[in-house]
Amino acid sequence: MALTYTAISTYTVDSGGTASIDFTSIPSTYTDLVVKLSLRGSSGNNVLMSINSSTSNFSYRLLEGDGASAASYNNTTGRLNYILTTTANTFSNIEVYLPNYAGATNKSYSVDAVSEANATTAFADLTAGLWSNTSAITALGFTMAAGNFVQYSTATLYGIKNTV
Amino acid sequence: MATATYDCIATTTLGSDQTDVTFSSISGSYTDLVLVCWVKTSSNDIGLRVQFNSDTGSNYSVTQVFGNGTIAGSNRQSSQTSIRWANNLSTNGGIGIMNLQNYSNTTTYKSIVCRGGFASHGTMASVGLWRSTNAINTMKIFDEDSGSMASGSTFALYGIKAE
Repeated sequence: MALTYTAISTYTVDSGGTASIDFTSIPSTYTDLVVKLSLRGSSGNNVLMSINSSTSNFSYRLLEGDGASAASYNNTTGRLNYILTTTANTFSNIEVYLPNYAGATNKSYSVDAVSEANATTAFADLTAGLWSNTSAITALGFTMAAGNFVQYSTATLYGIKNTV
Repeated sequence: MATATYDCIATTTLGSDQTDVTFSSISGSYTDLVLVCWVKTSSNDIGLRVQFNSDTGSNYSVTQVFGNGTIAGSNRQSSQTSIRWANNLSTNGGIGIMNLQNYSNTTTYKSIVCRGGFASHGTMASVGLWRSTNAINTMKIFDEDSGSMASGSTFALYGIKAE
């Protein structure tokens, strides 16, 4: 049976930190993409996703629990979650699922994210996102709204083939 | 040598508008199943339901959390004839992902964990229960709102082996 879940590329941030994590030249030979990120920022802030180097034409609706209550928000950015730096050595986990990424339709994506901390507030986020562009996805980028990703942050891009 | 643990069991791309999709004769040789749907609708936003093994009895329940962009909430449905597992799908294409752990055992009831939504309508997560000890060998996915799943919608069923 064919391999269906393949690591396309992986990135580990070194001691110098980095302002962005980029996956480029993504082949169109898969059906879906999955990105799994373990991220910590130099300061607390939002993680943003770009597609094909674009930060425009994004929209999302978000369900968020902060340990005390649940709320829902919407906006027009590629926000994935908010990274907390309250507790040392603590990284946020994010999974982004992008089905039919190479098709000629607008691109829907789903995000599950957590920012845990040994503090009163932490975040669990579920997001439905849309990039209103019909181009095939060939590049994904991840940045902080301000600051850098710090050492030991990781990101892995997987491709899923629905070949029976 | 490592073996492949994540296999695509079946896939369907709709060639015309349909109200349901059924995966049958699902092999019991995997440990877990994952269903990934990308669903466009032909009219309004719809919710998706699932029935297992053609069981139309009141043997299903579900708990959801959801957000529509301004309001967060939770609801609960028990003694249902199916599980409402994804909603807010739309004409632009929404996502539904269902995880079915230990689906083929014949000792326990079957639980599912699901995500669904679309950016113009909202996002949700749900956990469902089918009160049957039968191994799951058939899944029927259908819309509950008298809309249709539109041509071009895709469905892929994956099997995961714990070996």
